[in-house]
Amino acid sequence: MSVKLSTRQVGDVSVVDVAGRITLGEGSSALRETLRDMVSKNQKKILLNLGDVSYIDSSGIGELVSGFTTVTNSGGQLKLLNLNKRVKDLLQITKLYTVFDVHDDEAGAIRSFA
Amino acid sequence: MERSLDSSLESVDHAEDLAVGLARRAGFDEEDLIKIGLAVRESMVNAVVHGNRYNTNKKVRFAASMNGSRFTVRIADEGEGFDYAHLPDPLAPENLLRTSGRGIFLIRSFMDDFHARRLEPGGTEVTLVKFAVSK
Repeated sequence: MSVKLSTRQVGDVSVVDVAGRITLGEGSSALRETLRDMVSKNQKKILLNLGDVSYIDSSGIGELVSGFTTVTNSGGQLKLLNLNKRVKDLLQITKLYTVFDVHDDEAGAIRSFA
Repeated sequence: MERSLDSSLESVDHAEDLAVGLARRAGFDEEDLIKIGLAVRESMVNAVVHGNRYNTNKKVRFAASMNGSRFTVRIADEGEGFDYAHLPDPLAPENLLRTSGRGIFLIRSFMDDFHARRLEPGGTEVTLVKFAVSK
């Protein structure tokens, strides 16, 4: 299974529920297109729910970084929600865990957007 | 186990499945299987994308074996070669927000040994080793 992305609005926060694999090819390009589309629509508060991400490779990590940079440079905020152990481990060994604002609780994550 | 694979992303998935299947039968636990799978995946991506550049006329040679406690995967492309010795450190503060350059770092992190050599007349072969630990 490749990646499946669905977006929903919670107040002024856009939540992207990501499921499946974020790997080189369809998975990473789908995430890139979704985030660029949101930025082009001037959505400034984006929460990526990675709870159902089963697999991520270095290309997927690169897309998370790219999305973070794109959203931040447009004056917005990109935060991560519900990292499973595999994704969390990868972000920790690549020292990216502290770069991202990571949350385990959706309500708390929504509130954290000032 | 040896295969000659096309320079495609489907081959990346196939090689990962082959390596993980062999490692599973050899007794590696789930955590190690994830590490082996990701390391093989990153190596195959390097071979297909950066080595052979998706050239349909070029093949990727994949070999995996279990010898005692030593699990070895070799992946060779037919590209122009790659300088594995001089890669930017992806953990350096100035590189943290780069969108690429983490593949080799992840392979080194997840495997017990990793080395690369240039092939004649062209290409690069990487060797990945993971040791099974008795539990």
